[in-house]
Amino acid sequence: MNRNTILTVLSIVLLFLFVWYGEHHFTAYTIRIWENTAIFLMLAASYNLINGVTGQFSLEPNGFVAIGAYVAAILTLTPAQKEAMFIIEPMVPWLAHLHMSFLPALLVGGLVTAFVGFLLGFPVFRVRGDYLAIVTLGFGLTIRVISNNTITITNGALGLKGIASYTNIWWCFGWAVLSMIIIMRIVNSAFGRAMKAIRDDEDAAIAMGINTFWIKMAAFVIAAFFEGVGGGLLAHLITTISPTMFTFFLTFELLIIIVVGGLGSMTGTVIATVLVIWGSELLRVVEQPMNIFGLHIPGIPGMRMVIFSVLLIVIMIFAREGIMGQREFSWDAFFNFLKKVRARR
Amino acid sequence: MNLTIVLQQLVNGISLGSLYGLVAIGYTMVYGVIRLINFAHGDVMMVGMYFAFVGVAMLFLPWWAAFLLSMIATAFVGVIIDRVAYKPLRNASRISALITAIGVSFFLENLFLVVFGGVPKAFPVPSVFGGAINIHGVIFPNIAIITPIVAMVFLAMLLFILHKTKYGMAMRALSLDMETVRIMGVNVDMVISIVFAIGSFLAALGGIFWAMRYPAINPLIGIMPGLKAFAAAVLGGIGSVAGAAIGGFIIGVSEILVVALFPALAGYKDAFAFLFLIFVLLFKPTGIMGEDLERGRF
Amino acid sequence: MKRLFSFLVAVVVALSVMASGAMAKEVKVGVVWPMTGLVAAFGQSAWRGAKLAQSMEPTAKDGAKIHLILLDNKGMKVETANAVSKLITEDHVKAIIGAITSSNTLAGAPIAERYKIPMLTSSATNPLVTKGKKYVSRVCFIDPFQGSVAAKYVWNNLHAKTAAVMIEKDQDYSVGLAHAFMKAFKKLGGKIVSVSFFQSTDQDYSAQISTIKSKNPDIIYMPSYYQEIALFCRQARQYGLKQTIMAGDGAEADALIKIGGKAVNGVTFTTHYDPHAAATPLSKKFLKLFKAKYHEDPDAMAALAADAYFVLVNAINKAGGAKATPKKINYYIRHTKNFKGVTGVITIDPKTGNAIKSAVIRKVENGKFVYVTTVNP
Repeated sequence: MNRNTILTVLSIVLLFLFVWYGEHHFTAYTIRIWENTAIFLMLAASYNLINGVTGQFSLEPNGFVAIGAYVAAILTLTPAQKEAMFIIEPMVPWLAHLHMSFLPALLVGGLVTAFVGFLLGFPVFRVRGDYLAIVTLGFGLTIRVISNNTITITNGALGLKGIASYTNIWWCFGWAVLSMIIIMRIVNSAFGRAMKAIRDDEDAAIAMGINTFWIKMAAFVIAAFFEGVGGGLLAHLITTISPTMFTFFLTFELLIIIVVGGLGSMTGTVIATVLVIWGSELLRVVEQPMNIFGLHIPGIPGMRMVIFSVLLIVIMIFAREGIMGQREFSWDAFFNFLKKVRARR
Repeated sequence: MNLTIVLQQLVNGISLGSLYGLVAIGYTMVYGVIRLINFAHGDVMMVGMYFAFVGVAMLFLPWWAAFLLSMIATAFVGVIIDRVAYKPLRNASRISALITAIGVSFFLENLFLVVFGGVPKAFPVPSVFGGAINIHGVIFPNIAIITPIVAMVFLAMLLFILHKTKYGMAMRALSLDMETVRIMGVNVDMVISIVFAIGSFLAALGGIFWAMRYPAINPLIGIMPGLKAFAAAVLGGIGSVAGAAIGGFIIGVSEILVVALFPALAGYKDAFAFLFLIFVLLFKPTGIMGEDLERGRF
Repeated sequence: MKRLFSFLVAVVVALSVMASGAMAKEVKVGVVWPMTGLVAAFGQSAWRGAKLAQSMEPTAKDGAKIHLILLDNKGMKVETANAVSKLITEDHVKAIIGAITSSNTLAGAPIAERYKIPMLTSSATNPLVTKGKKYVSRVCFIDPFQGSVAAKYVWNNLHAKTAAVMIEKDQDYSVGLAHAFMKAFKKLGGKIVSVSFFQSTDQDYSAQISTIKSKNPDIIYMPSYYQEIALFCRQARQYGLKQTIMAGDGAEADALIKIGGKAVNGVTFTTHYDPHAAATPLSKKFLKLFKAKYHEDPDAMAALAADAYFVLVNAINKAGGAKATPKKINYYIRHTKNFKGVTGVITIDPKTGNAIKSAVIRKVENGKFVYVTTVNP
């Protein structure tokens, strides 16, 4: 066990101590926002894997998250609940009687999503660049259309309600840490190097003998898995899901996060997720009436979103590398930095 | 399925198709010169609708003045968007430009939500466009017939500009090789601005006719037509103006006809455009007009 | 590092909350509505109604100011849950009004239940919203009731034996209400000759119109929102469809007539109130003030939002004003009896939390909403 590993393990332990502290001392609202942050971290990290690390500009998250959410929810709802809820048309029998507990449901959700990702990869990776974006955007849209229409599976627009609220801060952070560990190991492996090679110059990568299709597919499937699990966690946090929950806006939020953090940097994703999720809540201030130095400024509902979009444009124009660019945090770099600071004194 | 209905739906489809085509042209021209999918283009259409609405309903201008002014104003908006948001990213990666376009799209939508509110506004339809004509018992709304004609006229004008004028030649050259054109002393930024202006002008035209056919406008109205218009542009062959028009017709007509022939599929309507898109990309990525992207020509 | 950050964040949040709050004796009420997003129109309309109601009754009987804290849920469930959570655990509101749609209300309801904070929705009509809950109530009727009222009306008054139904497939309001109508109509002996679907973003209904025309029903039931109904009517009349169109409370808005013009004359719908129906003094006053301020009649969203406010303040007064505990407020909400609100006389069933109200049938005639009849529960 070298120094770095010990430090990393220590940090994770500290993180869980923070979670334990928070569970007992934070308000429910703060806990909820941290739960959201953790789930979005997993979603953003896996999104960054396909987008930032492998360089495939995909807009798929809202579709995959939807699949994971629906699968997990359908599996944890009891048959009695399903019967009560599917008032327009009864659920298909082979799903109506299925029932399992939380963790298996999450895993199945992730696996089903990964499988869909696998199938989708074949048509998707036949195109590149902007077209890939549009095809994956269309996929997300198609999933929403399908979930609105296959009433016997998804209950259509009525959605699924009364999902057990199994998600708590431990699940969220547990999965976030797990996914980060796995994704970071992939990024730092030969696999990851191949992905980055594809990002930097796909034709050169092909010339070097890298099987680009399968590498891209692997990144896609892994991303799909974690996005599916994230969807399951979300479903059990909000306790009700319907097709309107998985619109392009979800992808947009994740896009902002990975851009702000730095496409390709997982460290950046961590920082950016906290910034964006908490920032979004803080920005509610502009929608409330404010009394600043005696001046009464009426709240303008909707300003939050305007500010967000302006921020994104400004970042893209002036700071498109994001916070970390493509750099990652590493203990070595950290200590080097400290040494330099000390040396300068 | 009798002939009357098929005819009516055909006319409807062609009308809808020409609207998609008008918007698709903006997408295809911008993509042709700077290889950017202008996500905000559908919202530019919405901007055109709102300008026209303000002109008629709030400034009480005669309709032809309001429409014309709003199209010109929207052209300006398009140019401003390019100058402010896209020009700085001219040499950046394509992903960056795309993300910025998404940002501009959200910005326009939310800005208009704050300014005009989310409640749909009734678009004032001039009486000459309302009403319907009756041919042998088959009813055709006036606007459904006028729209394709107007679209054709403007399309013809655009093709004339592209192929018979100097600026048109510059635009076509730009889509082939921007660097060389720049070296040849052409003011590339000016030409790109003109492309945005024309695209936005046509989008506003499409938007106004859309609003007259379906007179309820709201700030989010541009999203779906924008996406479908983009699909139309790709279907027709991205970079080709004639292709955009053709793609628009195909998507518009098929949307209407499929729902007419298979009513149970009405819920899947929005997915059609994308299914077309995916099909095209899988089997003939250069689209119907078949020009290779790297050798793009209008 | 994260802990420090989170602490700083909490400080800033607390400061910002304080910056917007008043310091005097007050009762804090949270409001969660969609001010942006796809259903922003409803939230904005409701907010207008609630603000006007607040100006009409800004304090409780003991002088405590009713402080409304509005949070935008962007029409999304995640945001609704976050907003409800924030209002309860950070802003310490004593009650919550919200959300607009049933699905969003359901996202926030479990949190309100857990913390025993009364949640009052002005417009969510899905029965599941209050089912099995003690702290969630509503001032509107529920879809099964509304659907059966419509079915009875078309059967008895319009003598319709066959109906075509237009369902907005991606709106749970439309799906639920259509289902309720079809069930009730079939029970009376009626026949549903065609069911057509469309989506909220659709604007072209020509295909559905031809289908309906070929089936020639006695009436068309379209439980949708005013924009869709207006557009549908315009196209339907253009294509020569002459049947009466029956709708639900989503139809009621001035914009229906503004957008639909002559084509919507004859559209009949079930709704919550009519100024000419058993109008209460409060209703008349509200109507007058609303018209003076906004130059148009309030739509159902605005009127119901006002009622949510008034019913809540009524309960706060009964529970002791500034001293009232959320539990007591909830008790008095649930025991609202014969409250003369803007949309009529409201009684809330203590067992279910649903409002027992008459439904009113209104119709568009000569470009105006006119009263037809009242249907009692």
